[in-house]
Amino acid sequence: MISTLTRTERFLALWISMAVSICGLALAIAGREDPLLIHGLLILLFGLVCSYIVMFGYEEKAPGTERLSLYYDEPIKAGVIFAMIWAVFGMFMGVWVAAQLAWPDLAFDAPWSGLGRLRPTHTTGVIFGFGGNALIATSFHVVQRTSRARLPDQLSSWFVLVGYNMYCLIAVSGYLLGITQSKEYAESEWYADIWLVLVWVTYFVLYIRTLARRKEPHIYVANWYFLAFILVVAILHIVNNLAVPVSLGHAKSYTVWPGVQDAMVQWWYGHNAVAFFLTSGFLGMLYYYLPVRAQRPIFSYRLSILSFWGITFFYMWAGSHHLHYTALPDWVQTLGMTFSIMLLVPSWASAGNALLTLNGAWHRVRDDATLRFMMIAAVFYGLSTFEGSFMAIRPVNSLSHYTDWTIGHVHAGALGWVALITFGSFYTLVPVLWKRRQMYSPALIEWHFWLALAGTLIYVFAMWNSGIIQGLMWRTYTEEDTLAYSFVDSLKAMWPYYVARAFGGLLFLIGAIICLYNILMTIRSPDKAESRDDVPHPADLALAGE
Amino acid sequence: MSVEERDPVSGERLTGHDWNGIKELDTPIPRGVLLFLIVTHIIAFALWVLTPAWPLGKSYTPGILGIDQKKAVEEQLVASAADKATWTKKIEVSDFPTIQADERMMLIVRSTGHQLFGDNCAACHGSDGKGRANYPDLTDDDWLWGGDVQRIAETVSVGVNSANAGSRIAEMPRFGVDQMLPREDVEKAANFVFSLSNPQFSQPANVETIAAGREVFLANCATCHGEDARGKQDVGAPNLTDERWIYGGDLDTIITTIHGGRRGHMPTWDQRLTPAEIKILALYVHSLGEGDS
Ligand code: HEC
Ligand code: HEC
Ligand code: HEM
Ligand code: HEM
Repeated sequence: MISTLTRTERFLALWISMAVSICGLALAIAGREDPLLIHGLLILLFGLVCSYIVMFGYEEKAPGTERLSLYYDEPIKAGVIFAMIWAVFGMFMGVWVAAQLAWPDLAFDAPWSGLGRLRPTHTTGVIFGFGGNALIATSFHVVQRTSRARLPDQLSSWFVLVGYNMYCLIAVSGYLLGITQSKEYAESEWYADIWLVLVWVTYFVLYIRTLARRKEPHIYVANWYFLAFILVVAILHIVNNLAVPVSLGHAKSYTVWPGVQDAMVQWWYGHNAVAFFLTSGFLGMLYYYLPVRAQRPIFSYRLSILSFWGITFFYMWAGSHHLHYTALPDWVQTLGMTFSIMLLVPSWASAGNALLTLNGAWHRVRDDATLRFMMIAAVFYGLSTFEGSFMAIRPVNSLSHYTDWTIGHVHAGALGWVALITFGSFYTLVPVLWKRRQMYSPALIEWHFWLALAGTLIYVFAMWNSGIIQGLMWRTYTEEDTLAYSFVDSLKAMWPYYVARAFGGLLFLIGAIICLYNILMTIRSPDKAESRDDVPHPADLALAGE
Repeated sequence: MSVEERDPVSGERLTGHDWNGIKELDTPIPRGVLLFLIVTHIIAFALWVLTPAWPLGKSYTPGILGIDQKKAVEEQLVASAADKATWTKKIEVSDFPTIQADERMMLIVRSTGHQLFGDNCAACHGSDGKGRANYPDLTDDDWLWGGDVQRIAETVSVGVNSANAGSRIAEMPRFGVDQMLPREDVEKAANFVFSLSNPQFSQPANVETIAAGREVFLANCATCHGEDARGKQDVGAPNLTDERWIYGGDLDTIITTIHGGRRGHMPTWDQRLTPAEIKILALYVHSLGEGDS
């Protein structure tokens, strides 16, 4: 990988790695009496390993200008592998957490393995580790192909990818150590948050620079979505994480937002993390890999425009539906609820646009598990957005809130939509990246498909059942106007569903492991494809400045 | 690329864009989508008019229905308390025998008691009240502090070794740790206690130890557990002759108990539950087993 960097970039990479090591050392010294020590040392180690890798390849032959005649796919390859490793880790944690909810003894009485610490490693592992790496990798691929332009340089993309994974590593290890600022999906502490800002701004700038080099007159829809994802996540992350550390030697920090405003900022963040991380970004993926695989034109350009602006505009206002019936003023709740209702149409428009694109390719859907992954993903996207808009209605939310129904909704979106679209995209992308004719084993893709679908259905149905039973038990009164059931009664009623969920999750995890295996075997297989016509616009060569 | 290019499958016009092979149809937005869009907007506008919705500097549009969730909750709480008052009052003023004799009131006690017990007591005593290691079984007729309803109510109210100033105090001394007894005596006493509930243990090989243990017991333990070892409810000392154990009746656990002492903690509830709720719980716990018959 170092051989693809220019001499200047190698110098810069070394410099950045050293700077990271020094920052790590400084944190370790300042925080020597705090859990911060461990993170300081981790950062130091990470910086040293990066420095070593750069130095090791420092003297390799520098690439010539002919490199500019090819797309820069090295970081994408790494991103795909990272994503799948995080997928297996995050989903394993999910299965463990699910099993703990059925069999609490699986926490083994150690502080680091309690539910409270494992749960955020699951959410961070799957959303940021798996989802984030998948988004970074595919966005680099899509933006180059649909702009017919190469990434402007080599170093930025590596900085984004490696820096992002360092962030994930700090975050997840911190949760096991008990370092958290207790904001869901934003648990990482101030030093990790600052680092992520640097990474994310570089990502944004890199994306804009690539788009600016495009050889196409228009920017493709997928890129609108990716750009919305990158820009909005930057804003959300910065605003929600404004905090003051106890001191530079402490991991702990306190948010600047007071009371109910903190809750509102947190769920404005939380909801838009769903919207722009788990929705926009993955819609970008869908808009590229689905038509490519189906070999069909997008059903309607106009519908794309309507849904893009609808989603981008309405989502921003809907966050307060996470705080129905709380200390949040009534009017904010009404706004959240009404914008969620209006959000339904653009959401369904995207799902419909994707499914109607398959018109004329349904025979492919039948025969090709890869395309089926993406088709089912679009269906689950439609399903979870309908469910979401429904749950955002206050009286409905009074039943669903605090119950497993929310968890069912989350995973209809997370497994059915986010994970399935990613698998479909990866199966399309991997042979292209490694220039193979096809994946190592189509039969294993088929297996993965059915495991994933079965896992998702078992998970989601178990949680719907359990959630609604739970919600109803909590609101059943006796004739004397007292509650009919205690909390423990409802917990006992949940047990079979918790077991079912753990089983469904296990199927899903096995599918992900098969996927990782299939990808690795594809890379190792000797079956090279004919060189495809997959190069940037020839004019790039003439423009090459170096 | 001509603008007139058409898709052979749908017959729709293409937009003429081409990104890495991806094309787009120029299909108009389906009528249903627009209709649906209008409907959701109408719903939203209606809700903005009817309920509190838009901020106006320091205040907000109140909506013509005049809904206020805080007021609504307060009203519901008042209404529910009024509903309940019909029977809570009766429970508060009636004494235990009266309630126990009244089948209708006992019905309320059982249904309400089940939920109260589940939410407050089950974590320690189990949702069936059968207890587990370190937490006593409340369904048997073996009581530490007395099993008539009045005494149960008292235990629940003040707790055991709790923060309450009037708490019941249960103190099983740390005979080994505090060097009140040498190790041999601890073991002897344990052998004696063990033999009380395990008659088959009194074999010729053990008789001597048991007899010596009896001496230790009479000298050190009988003040609390009684000469017959059947316990004393005024100090919460358990009966050691039966099969029912809080901490465990195997020889090792008994030795641990005598060596390290025991101080079970049962929280006080008089600040957290209303007098009527404590009464209900006492009756409920009493009805779980035979009570103190
Ligand atoms: C934190 C755990 C805990 C909780 C919660 C708890 N208890 Fe207890 N309870 C205990 C322990 C431990 C004892 C034994 C105390 C002792 O050693 O004397 C006990 C003893 C009792 C006794 C006396 C038993 C006897 O044999 O005399 C009663 C009655 C009782 N609990 C009822 C309740 C009720 C009713 C509740 C719910 C309102 C409750 N407990 C909640 C731990 C708990
Ligand atoms: C000061 C009073 C007192 C004395 C003296 C005393 N005990 Fe106890 N003992 C208690 C109390 C009170 C408990 C219940 C502790 C609890 O519930 O936490 C208890 C509990 C026990 C238990 C546990 C019973 C179970 O169900 O697990 C054993 C065994 C026991 N005592 C044996 C002895 C022996 C043997 C001696 C003498 C060497 C002794 N005790 C002396 C008060 C006393
Ligand atoms: C192997 C598959 C998976 C299993 C077994 C699993 C299991 C779980 C469990 C047990 C919880 C905690 C639920 C609770 O607290 O009651 C949870 C929460 C969560 N999971 Fe998963 N999960 C899996 C995959 C995923 C994936 C792929 C994603 C995202 C892309 C995801 C996102 C989340 C989120 C966001 C939450 C938090 C939900 C909330 O707080 O409302 N999960 N998961
Ligand atoms: C129209 C689109 C959607 C709307 C209106 C919506 C609405 C909602 C509502 C009302 C809740 C429950 C809040 C509560 O009671 O606490 C919720 C929770 C959640 N939704 Fe959605 N949802 C939508 C789409 C999605 C999608 C596509 C995903 C993708 C993964 C998703 C992920 C989540 C997550 C992770 C939570 C749990 C948040 C938490 O409590 O931790 N949602 N959503």
